[in-house]
Amino acid sequence: MADDATMNGVVLAADGLPLKASLNKAMRKSRLRALLLVAPLFIFVLFSFLIPIFDMTMRSVDNWHVSGLMPETTKALENWDGKALPEEPVFAALILDLKAGAISREIGKVGTRLNYEKSGLRSMITSSARKSKKVKEGPYKPIVLKMHKRWKELETWTVIKRNTSKYTIGYYLNAVDMKYDNKTNDIVMQPEERQIYGTLFLRTFAISLAITLICVVLAYPISYLLATLPVRYSNLLMIFVLLPFWTSLLVRTTAWIAMLQSQGVLNDLFVFFGLVDDANRLQLIHNLTGTIIAMTHILLPFMVLPLYSVMKTIPPSYMRAALSLGANPVTAYVRVYMPLTLSGIGAGSILVFILSIGYYITPALVGGTDGTLISNQIAYHMQSSLNWGLAGALGALLLFSVLALYLIYNKIVGIDNMRLG
Amino acid sequence: MALPSYAGPLETTWYYTFRFICACIFVFLITPILVIIPLSFNVEPYFTFTQGMLSFDPDAYSLRWYEDFINNTQWTHSVKNSFIIAIASTILATVLGTLAALGLSKPHMPYRALTMGVLISPMIVPLIISAAGMYFFYSSIGLDQSYLGIILAHTVLGTPFVVITVTATLVGFDNSLSRAAANLGATPTTSFFRITMPLILPGVISGALFAFITSFDEVVVVLFLAGFEQRTIPRQMWSGIREQISPTILAVATILVMISIALLATLELLRRRNEKLRGLSPG
Repeated sequence: MADDATMNGVVLAADGLPLKASLNKAMRKSRLRALLLVAPLFIFVLFSFLIPIFDMTMRSVDNWHVSGLMPETTKALENWDGKALPEEPVFAALILDLKAGAISREIGKVGTRLNYEKSGLRSMITSSARKSKKVKEGPYKPIVLKMHKRWKELETWTVIKRNTSKYTIGYYLNAVDMKYDNKTNDIVMQPEERQIYGTLFLRTFAISLAITLICVVLAYPISYLLATLPVRYSNLLMIFVLLPFWTSLLVRTTAWIAMLQSQGVLNDLFVFFGLVDDANRLQLIHNLTGTIIAMTHILLPFMVLPLYSVMKTIPPSYMRAALSLGANPVTAYVRVYMPLTLSGIGAGSILVFILSIGYYITPALVGGTDGTLISNQIAYHMQSSLNWGLAGALGALLLFSVLALYLIYNKIVGIDNMRLG
Repeated sequence: MALPSYAGPLETTWYYTFRFICACIFVFLITPILVIIPLSFNVEPYFTFTQGMLSFDPDAYSLRWYEDFINNTQWTHSVKNSFIIAIASTILATVLGTLAALGLSKPHMPYRALTMGVLISPMIVPLIISAAGMYFFYSSIGLDQSYLGIILAHTVLGTPFVVITVTATLVGFDNSLSRAAANLGATPTTSFFRITMPLILPGVISGALFAFITSFDEVVVVLFLAGFEQRTIPRQMWSGIREQISPTILAVATILVMISIALLATLELLRRRNEKLRGLSPG
């Protein structure tokens, strides 16, 4: 006969409730407490970081200009078949929209938007809007056709019709060097001389890869030295890695300008040793060379630290064992030591690669024209050309590649094992 | 890794070659930072060593760029801004980040990996994208060109470091200590401040230092969000490099190097303390 606490096979807790329910209640409480602790930061990051970034990438497909500022035309064009110039009702609607747009002074935005897809349309829209104020009564078609010669072109109407939809992939096409053919509405490659973003993405990847490789080559020997020296020496030498790591990015970039410019320290040394003629000092900065040197220096600690922490865990007896079993030092190194460091190389490489494809400051200051990366182009479209849709599309592509790389990094290293300093 | 006494000539050569290669790489790492220090005392308005400097002529050295830095209201204003913004965002980031790390380390935290991913995302997303996104967001709520906007933006960027360092410290935290405290009658608050906090303090401080340096060194977000009033030191250096290259930048850079040496020393002390607390050898 079972006692009270285990009647009907249910284990009861001290307060008489079933133990399972009591345990669940305690678990719920502790889960809730954990969630409450995380909640403030989670909500803060969500609203002030993730949603704004999502919002920015949405700008890359947003196409409100035509449908929002020319609602009548949008409606009238709904059933247009695109084979010939539209009929009178469309022109009547167009005049209405142009007048409204001229009064609200917003019509220029439509012009700017259309101009991305076909140059010349901005001036067509703004000048027609100006003239539309004087138009009293119809028929409107001949009046509009006289306002600007481009209204007579079928292409113009194809572009307008295409952009009456609220969303577009036009910016993404632009970001991968493609566009709509305005005659046939097909997607085609940009003409050769306007294919800049594909090249820029390729260059960004190539430069980042080069920097990553140089970092591996430079980090490997010093990490090995740091990991094998007695602690009292290696702690001292570690300062050489950590001091640059903790020094302001702008300071290091400034330092490289002082080092590399044509009257700079390196060129002075070259001239002093007679390696270079005083008259033709080397151009080491404001070009690709400058970007690679400065960025390698800035990112090298990010390679040394993970490599060092991996090498630190490899017992020196492994190498000694290989040597005593008759391997020559090179074989022992290649077959025993190097495979053990691969995880460190992987972690460091992905970290350096992720950081370098998103780099902005250093290329902007020392990159000149051929040393700039995709970030610089995003900044240009954000701040100067104000083509935010294109900036959003380029940004989304960059973000996507970084996130993919990060997932790989997380697989290899695990974010919990990330070492800082 | 001393050279064994039985090493042959080949090994000896390799040993010294290897050391030489390593020395070159260390020189590459440290030279640029050391070079700016003497250059900041240049009497001429150049970024280069003059003949006088090379022959150690005392007249070739001066403190004029430091005087310029102190007397220039733009620079002093930017120093003030940098400290206001960095300190405020560090405090916010440390409080929020530590709370979140405590929650993340609870054994029953649901969706741990996903939450961690969200919380450290500001560290992964390229700065230019963060800056662009925050620019639209903060202008839409009227916080662009304001101190509050930049402080909040820098807080977001700094929190991942606090979360990571504090979570790492909590891995070694013995939960029976807080249970013992509770058993002895301490309220959760008392037990947190008297037991947990002193033990995780090294992690919290190093996280706070990371958050501070992130904000203190950050320029991309400031470029997008700040008005002329909110210019920070890096922002001032940015326009200094782009517009009028004057050795005042080098004087500022030297001061910043000194600050990073101080930070480095603090972190090293914290690391040793942490290792001692966990019973590891101090190294």
